[in-house]
Amino acid sequence: MPPLLFVPRIASTLARRLAGALLVVLLSACAPSPSDQQTLRFWVMGREGQVIAQLIPEFERANPGIRVRVQQVPWTSAHEKLLTAFAGDSLPDLCQLGNTWLPEFVALNALTPLDPRVAASRTVAAADYFPGIWDTNVVNGQLYGVPWYVDTRLLFYRSDLLAAAGIDAPPRSWAEWERAMAALKHAKENGKGSAGYAMLLPLNEFEPLLALALQQEQPLLRDRESRGAFAGPGFRRALDFYSSIFRNGWAPAMGGGEISNVWTEFGRGLFAFYISGPWNIEEFRRRLPPERQGDWMTAPLPGPDGPGASTAGGASLVVFRSSRHPEAAWRLVEYLSDPAVQLRFHELTGNLPPRRSAWRDERLAGDPHARAFRDQLERARPAPKIPEWERIVNEMQLIAEQVVRGRMDVDEAGRELDRRIDAMLEKRRWLLARGGAS
Amino acid sequence: MRLPSAAWAFVVPALLVICLFFLVPVAVAVALSATDFDIYALADLDNLRFVGFDNYTHLVQQPLFWQALGNTLYFVAVGVPLSIALSLGAALLLHSPLARFKPFFRTALFAPVVTSLVAVAVVWRYLFHTRYGMVNHALDQAGIGPIDWLGDPQWAMPTIILLAVWKNFGYNMIILLAGLQAIPEDLYEAARIDGASWYRQLLHVTLPMLAPVLTLVGILTTAGYFQLFAEPYVMTQGGPLRSTVSVLYFMYEEGFKWWNFGAASAVALMLFGLIFAVTWLLMRFTRRWA
Repeated sequence: MPPLLFVPRIASTLARRLAGALLVVLLSACAPSPSDQQTLRFWVMGREGQVIAQLIPEFERANPGIRVRVQQVPWTSAHEKLLTAFAGDSLPDLCQLGNTWLPEFVALNALTPLDPRVAASRTVAAADYFPGIWDTNVVNGQLYGVPWYVDTRLLFYRSDLLAAAGIDAPPRSWAEWERAMAALKHAKENGKGSAGYAMLLPLNEFEPLLALALQQEQPLLRDRESRGAFAGPGFRRALDFYSSIFRNGWAPAMGGGEISNVWTEFGRGLFAFYISGPWNIEEFRRRLPPERQGDWMTAPLPGPDGPGASTAGGASLVVFRSSRHPEAAWRLVEYLSDPAVQLRFHELTGNLPPRRSAWRDERLAGDPHARAFRDQLERARPAPKIPEWERIVNEMQLIAEQVVRGRMDVDEAGRELDRRIDAMLEKRRWLLARGGAS
Repeated sequence: MRLPSAAWAFVVPALLVICLFFLVPVAVAVALSATDFDIYALADLDNLRFVGFDNYTHLVQQPLFWQALGNTLYFVAVGVPLSIALSLGAALLLHSPLARFKPFFRTALFAPVVTSLVAVAVVWRYLFHTRYGMVNHALDQAGIGPIDWLGDPQWAMPTIILLAVWKNFGYNMIILLAGLQAIPEDLYEAARIDGASWYRQLLHVTLPMLAPVLTLVGILTTAGYFQLFAEPYVMTQGGPLRSTVSVLYFMYEEGFKWWNFGAASAVALMLFGLIFAVTWLLMRFTRRWA
């Protein structure tokens, strides 16, 4: 029960004082003082947590006074663990944070602003980062995180199926995309080409529709991001295009759970287009049979007229305000942001680096599947940076599913979405009126 | 009446534990449901507002809440009778003097209760897979077209009910079996002498004698089924089209996904009220019947 969560905060302060006093006694008792030794607590999630240990020894050699204790946190419980740690005053010194969670932790006032550190840094240079990704870390004009790796969504496609349908280049605009999907369907009906569907758009994933919506001129929220603007023409166009893909029978109305194995199905040709992220480069290489390896490629996401924007996801490195070693924590952030270290990190995880200088290396520049990501990252666009955003996109996808399944039309969807979002943001409007919101 | 101090010494530790781990959290939940405790309030308690009954009025205006309530009632109304009927049937079969290998079947039928739901869900998702699942394969042999068990909003809840019933019926079966074994054999003997058929014996001996146990099983199962959560959580995440969102799942999302603890507490208290009312009605109804 949350209010009780405050009790540990007080208790832990007391405990810390006691422990501090005890430590002084102990230290004066034993001779060689290790007081210049700092231990950093670093929380890392998922796959990154498994490999980060290989990068730490070099940092510890270069910084003999700092020891790093890495703790792995599974993604599924990371959000809950971080919030509970905040309430219990037991946050680590620094942490890997999904950049969509950043505004929430800014609202909690849990993160250290990093502008002065970046200004003084010789390693972290803002101009070297992809602007859309960097921007996700700037909330209310202040920088709270340094991008660690990036995630944007674009097209994976089966070049052989496209060729069989008479398409020799991936689409660049919505019109070309529609033509390609129609051609794939036509080819299937005439028995040429084997794509079951032109595209797979799992109904439980919000990223594809969000990417299409971010391609529009109009913002998704209005009035200092305190009200929805989903009834506007921008989102209307995106949702209309999205739902037309299902209406025309180009994509099946399926959730991700009903496709048990995306990689196998992609190899079998159940679908020719798939909107996904960087991790799937590695997965497709590993899981598709060798004879299929020449048949798939990546392409930037088509926009309304020509190559379009996409989402700016990824994870950032943040330093918590509660850290007692902010200096050392920042040094670790700098080390992990070094282009050479980022390349090693890329080799270990397949994660794509957020810095242009790292992309100049042959290992990335020469990778044909990564090339489209390099291009797309220049057009990554951040979503609104408010704590409620995750709930808003979740609601957006639920409504989109209603439209796809024919329970609602596009205009109704926009209005209903705005109604629900306005209710969600009531607290935010109240805070803004008081002058206290982020 | 005054309790001697020795009695207090025995009772107080238990009372303290109940207070600390039951009464205090409940009181906090009640208090919380009258506030808008959320992520902003977690940051700064100045951002906490007392909202009275607003959480409740917002809830009853939300179509999603009514949908969750409807889904839960559907689950209870179909799942509970089905589950008890299956338990009773299995118990009768196991109790029959004709049954062989009783310990084996008793264990086999009880096994789903003690297996981990997460592991079960993995197997069930394969069984009910639209394209590769064994269930659709079997239906196909019988000439019935493929059913999108977990992806079709019409079929998702029936699939969840099947899973829950299969997973839980063994528990009630054991209780009913114990009840059956407690019925004196001479009642059946007397019935047989009177020329009662098997069906008449079931109707006039077994069921009346089993009534107290059936009441207990019914109440426990109803209260348990109202708290549907784990099955949709591991199978469908509430989808498709929110058709498997239960009240408890709705509360989980409000509280632990979106951190609106005020609203989540209100949902919890409403669910408590609902279960309380239904259980009370069941008890009154069965008391009159028995």
